[in-house]
Amino acid sequence: MNDEKQQDAGVPEGPPEKSAVIAFTLNGTAVTVHATPDRRVIDLLREDLGLTGSKEGCGTGECGACTIMVDGRTRLACLMVAAQLEGRTVETVESLADSDTGRRVRDAFVTHGAVQCGYCTPGMAMAALAVVRESPEADRPAIREALSGNLCRCTGYVQIIDAVVHVASEER
Amino acid sequence: MRPVLFPTTLAALFDIVEHQPDARLMAGGTDLLVRLRQGPADRRPLICLERMARLNGITTENNTVIIGAATPLSAIIADPLVQRHCPLLARAAATVGGPAIRNMATLGGNICTASPAGDTLPPLYLLDARLDLAAAHATRQVPIAAFITGPGRTDLRSGELLTAIRIPMAERFGLQHFEKVGRRNALAIAVASLAALIRLTPGGRVAEARLAWGSVGPCVVRCSEAEARLTGRRLTSETLRAAGAAARAAVTPIDDIRATTAYRRDLVANLPLRLGAAT
Repeated sequence: MNDEKQQDAGVPEGPPEKSAVIAFTLNGTAVTVHATPDRRVIDLLREDLGLTGSKEGCGTGECGACTIMVDGRTRLACLMVAAQLEGRTVETVESLADSDTGRRVRDAFVTHGAVQCGYCTPGMAMAALAVVRESPEADRPAIREALSGNLCRCTGYVQIIDAVVHVASEER
Repeated sequence: MRPVLFPTTLAALFDIVEHQPDARLMAGGTDLLVRLRQGPADRRPLICLERMARLNGITTENNTVIIGAATPLSAIIADPLVQRHCPLLARAAATVGGPAIRNMATLGGNICTASPAGDTLPPLYLLDARLDLAAAHATRQVPIAAFITGPGRTDLRSGELLTAIRIPMAERFGLQHFEKVGRRNALAIAVASLAALIRLTPGGRVAEARLAWGSVGPCVVRCSEAEARLTGRRLTSETLRAAGAAARAAVTPIDDIRATTAYRRDLVANLPLRLGAAT
C-alpha cells in the first residue's frame, strides 16, 4: 500500500470498520482501493475511481453495458462486488487503446459506423475485444454469439457485427 | 454493508457458517446479487465460493462426470468430457443468459436457485444427476428430482453446501436435444423448454426415450406417458404429436409476463416435433 507506484484511490477517509482494502490490477496499473466489500464493481469503477466508460444499463445482467474483463474473461460489473476483485486483473474500456487489437476494435467501430448513441459501445467493445483476442478464427455466427449478451437499441447490430468480423479477419 | 468472505477450503467455510449462521452462500452471484438489491439492505455476510478450488472443475470417475458446484457454465460448455459424455447439459448451459453471464454463473447456482425456468435443470433430471451435499460433519447424496422441491425451494439444509454434481455418462443416447423458447435468442428466460435423450435401435426405432419440459410447472416435468408413446416407434410426426399430446395434459404452466398458459401448452405439445428433424 505504501508503494508509491500504486495509485491510492477510493475513499480512504471512510470509517475503517466499513471499508475494505482491495488490491488489484486495473488497466495495467496496480491499484489499492478502500471500499465497502459489497460495493458493486460498476459503482467502484464509475464513482470511486472515475472510470465512467463502463455504463450501467439495467443493473440486473440483461444488457451488457457494464461488460468488463476480469482475468481476461468478460464479466458484468453490475453483478460483482468489489471484494471479488482482490488480486485480479481488471480491464475496462478505458484501456481499449492500450493494445494493437484494442485499437483495431476502436478503429473498426468508427469506420463501420458501429456507434450511434454510444451507450452500449464500451460493453460491446469489451465483448468484441474478448472474442477477437480469444478466437480470431471466429466466423460471423460465432461473433454474433459472442456479442449476444450486449444490447444495442440504435444500430440494428449489423454495423457492430461488421466491425468485429473485420477485426477478426485482421487478427488472423 | 455486508462483509464478503472468501474461504478456500471446506473447513474454513464450515467454520464461517458455524459462527455466522445467517451468512449467504454466493457462487456466481448472477441471481443472488439481483435479488439482494431488490430487497432491503442487511448486514448478513456473503460467503463467496469462487476461490474454493475443490468446487471448481470437471473430472470423471466410475463412468460418472463429476462437476464442481461452483464451475462456471462457460467452462462446462467448453469441456471435452461434458461434450462427449453428456452433451445435453452443454447445449442447455449454452442457452443461459449471455457469454459474460455464463463466465460468472455456475451449475450449482442454477440448481440451488431452483427457478422453474432454470435451463440446466431439465437435462440434469434426464441425466439422473445426483448432488453431493456437505455439512460440517456429514455428507449426503440426493437425486436432483428429490432436491428441488418447488419454485425457488430446495432440500438444502441449514449449514449445508452443494459441492458437486454427478452425472452418469450418457453416450448411449445418440440423440441429445435441448430447445428453449424465449422472447429472444440471448438473455432470455425460458417461456418453455424441452430436453430429450433418445436411444435409437440400428433400425431407427426408439429403444429408450426420456423427455422433460422446463418452465411449464413449479418444477421440471418429466412425462413418462409421453416417453411411452415414443418407445418402440420411429420418430415420425404422428408419434411425436402423440407424445406432445400426452405432455400437454401433464404440465401445469402459469400465465406471466412472458407468455400465457395456453401458449405454453401449445409449445409443450409442439416442441417434440423438432425431434423428427433432429434425427
